Amino acid sequence: MNSNYHVVIIGGGSTGAAIVHDLVLRGLKVTLVERGELTSGTAGRHHGLLHSGGRYAVKDQESAKECIEENLILRKIAPGSFEENDGLFVAITDEDVAYKDTFLQGCAECGIPTRELTAKEALLLEPNLNPKTKLAIQVPDATMDCWRLPMRFFATAKQNGADIRPYTEVIGLLKQNSTVTGVHVRSHVTGKEYDIKADLVVNATGAWAEKLSEMADARVPVRPTPGVLVAVYGRWNNMVLNRLNRPSDGDIIVPQRELSVIGTSSWFAPDPDRLGLPMEHVERMYERGSQLVPGVKYARMRAAWSAARPLLGEASPTVGGRDLPRTFKCFDHKERDGIEGLVTITGGKGTTMRAMAETTSDVVCDKLGVDAVCRTREVVLLPYWAYYQ
Amino acid sequence: MSDEVIGRPDPKTPVSVKILRYKPGAIDPPRYDTFQVDADPLMTVLDALEEIRATQDSTLAYRHSCHHASCGTCAMKVNGKEVLSCVTNVLEQGTDVIVVEPLGTMPLVTDLVVDMGDFARRYEPAGLSFIRESEYLTEAQTPEGVDHHTRFESCIECGICLSACPVANTNASFIGPAGLAAYYRAMVKGDGEATDILAAVDTDCGVWGCHGAMECTEACPSQVEPGDLIMYLRREVVKSKLPWNH
Ligand SMILES: Cc1cc2nc3c(=O)[nH]c(=O)nc-3n(C[C@H](O)[C@H](O)[C@H](O)COP(=O)(O)OP(=O)(O)OC[C@H]3O[C@@H](n4cnc5c(N)ncnc54)[C@H](O)[C@@H]3O)c2cc1C
Ligand code: SF4
Ligand code: FES
Repeated sequence: MNSNYHVVIIGGGSTGAAIVHDLVLRGLKVTLVERGELTSGTAGRHHGLLHSGGRYAVKDQESAKECIEENLILRKIAPGSFEENDGLFVAITDEDVAYKDTFLQGCAECGIPTRELTAKEALLLEPNLNPKTKLAIQVPDATMDCWRLPMRFFATAKQNGADIRPYTEVIGLLKQNSTVTGVHVRSHVTGKEYDIKADLVVNATGAWAEKLSEMADARVPVRPTPGVLVAVYGRWNNMVLNRLNRPSDGDIIVPQRELSVIGTSSWFAPDPDRLGLPMEHVERMYERGSQLVPGVKYARMRAAWSAARPLLGEASPTVGGRDLPRTFKCFDHKERDGIEGLVTITGGKGTTMRAMAETTSDVVCDKLGVDAVCRTREVVLLPYWAYYQ
Repeated sequence: MSDEVIGRPDPKTPVSVKILRYKPGAIDPPRYDTFQVDADPLMTVLDALEEIRATQDSTLAYRHSCHHASCGTCAMKVNGKEVLSCVTNVLEQGTDVIVVEPLGTMPLVTDLVVDMGDFARRYEPAGLSFIRESEYLTEAQTPEGVDHHTRFESCIECGICLSACPVANTNASFIGPAGLAAYYRAMVKGDGEATDILAAVDTDCGVWGCHGAMECTEACPSQVEPGDLIMYLRREVVKSKLPWNH
């Protein structure tokens, strides 16, 4: 019955992956289009931290609560997709130590489990930590594989009947009066252009969301806010290491495979397709990262790259990227711009992909008058290779 | 934190990038297109492709995701050699023209995109676990609630070994280096019975298909050394057949 409705999702990042999975489980007919390879936007190249929420526990508690809840759900529905070694928030200066109580209180308010460790205990867990370490707090952080985790959502959705089309770029939205009725795409496989009709279109293009919504004369306040990440050779730590202080540059080292990834920084970029790679940010990652783990200062670089956060907020030079909330928002353009048939989801984090999808799918079903419950909290995902079967 | 428009490092050096293009039915047979980029000291071949797509030809198709040698999607041939384009520096190639082509062995889909289904078909039967125990910092204690430190496997399933392998190139049923290496890991980790694993590789499509060219070990960007592991599996197969093991 539900499959009488056809939904087109634009954007094959982690958000699109989780929405297509959610909607096919609810019995809808779904097509997802992505202009490049799946997860070739921000989702595949982020820091790889399955957040415990600790990073946001003081200043952005809504995000922090979302993170801890989703952290536990993802471990359950995607077993084997994480390096589950926990994380530490490490105090190195007196100022860091002074932040401890605020941090612990924030974590307690958000339901994030913590364990206080002395400097000696912390150094026994992570021998490469700065010997000046004063104390540390253990939290349930983990490392995720930013390609293989979303691919498990795609694989499961595909096996459940979703039509997933990479290398298919939306170059226009089909419109009748003030209703969006589908998408006009160009296939980068065949070079051909064609239309895909839809009862509803979901714009899940992250940092590109504003570009897409403009095609329908709608507006979404997304600020592409890139950050630099630097991967160095060697696994300098097994746990995720965060600096115990207000979020700032280069204050997290995420170990992954045989690399350690230091991140990140933050600035506004006008064009999500041309982020740049500022040398001084690369150097800052080394400098700030070595405050946590001195050895990384001379570690050989494997890669340096930028990725754009899709942060929500109107353009305003007085608001810094780190002050914009990390939570997500689903816009029904009917309410916002008087345009029917188009929903935009943006903001959020890789960690909260499933929750973002649940919210969006609720809005989609509500608009279509479909009565179907969300099942993504329970359904265990297929291995990602199932995508290629 | 500001609205400064931020670019890439200086200085810039002009380089030509010659890319194999193919769109079934449209650019068919394949041809080469050449683009100019201003390469900076940190520019990778993947960065160059991104720049070309953003400013010169939005129809250029290539695979990429993590940009740091961890997902395995961006493998291609650069100046004839299989590499991960995200960690292959443009200027370090030392050529004025950089030739970029898709991987071999796997069927070509479009431009630089190959069908990884072929890789999956050969690789998958060996098992899918991509978590292992971390061999780093073994002297460290584990935190409360964590039995042992784990990490993702080194093999990033990039397909480079399959493209570089002279046997896989012509024999579609050869399991191939990555698949055989995965069998080896399954055996070491105890994922499945050793006798079953050895039986699965003791065939002409398994360890006996390998001609020992070692191109795979040479090309692997992730130190998996699949060629060496194939030789190890061969020894295990032979040992298991020795009369005193029965
Ligand atoms: C530096 C940095 C570090 C981060 N670290 C973490 C972390 O450690 N943990 C965490 O949980 N989160 C992290 N994040 C946040 C996280 O990466 C993002 O919130 C999330 O990946 C966004 O996913 P998405 O699917 O919404 O967007 P994207 O992944 O960007 O997906 C949007 C997709 O839309 C496609 N698209 C665009 N235009 C079109 C079109 N016209 N037609 C078709 N397709 C189109 C794009 O190609 C893209 O693939 C980090 C972000 C940044 C920038
Ligand atoms: S063995 Fe090496 S070359 Fe082969 S798929 Fe794995 S990482 Fe790539
Ligand atoms: S883009 Fe992931 S390995 Fe190169």
